[in-house]
Amino acid sequence: MFTITDLVQPENLAEAYQILTDKRNNTILGGCAFLKMGKKQINKGIDLTKLNLNYIREQDGFIVIGAMTSLRELETHPLLKENYNGILPKSVRDIIGVQFRNGVTVGASIYSKYGFSDLITAMLCLDTEVELFKGGRMSLADFLARPLEKDLLVRLWIQKTVRQATYLSFRSSASDYAVLNVAVSKLDNHWTIVVGARPSKADIAFGASEMLEQEELTLERIEEAAQRASEELSFGTNTRGTAVYRKALCKTLVKRGIMEVAACKSN
Amino acid sequence: MQIKLTINDKAVKWDVANDELLADTLRSHGLLSVKKACDTSCCGLCTIWIDGKSMLSCSILSVRVHGKKITTIEGLPQEAEEFARILSAEGAEQCGFCSPGFIMSVLAMKNELVNPTEEEIIHYLTGNLCRCTGYMGQLRAIKTYLGVA
Repeated sequence: MFTITDLVQPENLAEAYQILTDKRNNTILGGCAFLKMGKKQINKGIDLTKLNLNYIREQDGFIVIGAMTSLRELETHPLLKENYNGILPKSVRDIIGVQFRNGVTVGASIYSKYGFSDLITAMLCLDTEVELFKGGRMSLADFLARPLEKDLLVRLWIQKTVRQATYLSFRSSASDYAVLNVAVSKLDNHWTIVVGARPSKADIAFGASEMLEQEELTLERIEEAAQRASEELSFGTNTRGTAVYRKALCKTLVKRGIMEVAACKSN
Repeated sequence: MQIKLTINDKAVKWDVANDELLADTLRSHGLLSVKKACDTSCCGLCTIWIDGKSMLSCSILSVRVHGKKITTIEGLPQEAEEFARILSAEGAEQCGFCSPGFIMSVLAMKNELVNPTEEEIIHYLTGNLCRCTGYMGQLRAIKTYLGVA
């Protein structure tokens, strides 16, 4: 069972960061959905609810999402339904149930870099930047590649473009964690294919993405790109599926994803 | 730590530990409709409303609901009874262990969705598991309750 010795609600980000870095086992509290499944011994639990980080808005050509925004708000917000073919609402809608998504926060979902994350996979195929209090702004891809360090995720910036996108996942049962998830997007002729829940964290299939930019998009070309994605990324085995199974799923989901995006109309 | 909150329209002050989960706090104060069953935040048996939104009380620290309005099924006796009668008439209840959380989700859905389709109903209630009924009776009961085809 986890324990929390003290709980603090800082009034500003600087104070929150100071408390976070004061002691090794001081921890930011997100939605706390996974807290009870672990045995974390937390000295100070840092609750960010007073920092007004719960919002989704347009700003300077970006859609900006505050760290304390819930997955349910992400799922139902009109701005996100209307952009990128609704990929972000689509990516979270099968995560357990409404009452779970009402509690889980976007910031914790991204910052924790969970391998099973549906949201990271979808965000990675968009032009997403992460804003950390200390580390500043960086692409989500760069953030995922960095080692875990103590910082505060403040907000996410997603460039507002006419990028067409789709999200697909394979689950053993509705609302379970994905065995594999895939996001595909296209802006002009630039494609991005992302595969997550491998079961390690989501990654971009760069080779397969580039293949789609070179020639006319035929069914044969799509199948070659899907095959390439399944070969260039690594897959592992856990209770939900074997590496071999995931590799086979990858090929199928990537193919479907490319075909869905190719059929998309700009919005 | 002492928290002040409103439980089923009644203002209360409770002393809670920093790592106490809301489901445990509610049960310790006699709100026994709130159940804990899965330990993985997936069964929905502990569903309550916080400021009108359905939430999992097993996954929320009690200290975080300071100043909030909490509703459990004990606070909605008329609505719960109305729907429970339909559930019973449709043969959609057996052991009844999941019913409080399930009914709280159905009532939340009624507040949130207008004339939901069957697909929307099923999707909204994915987070409430029932190991007895097979869900079809529940679905019939919900459609009857909401007056949708």
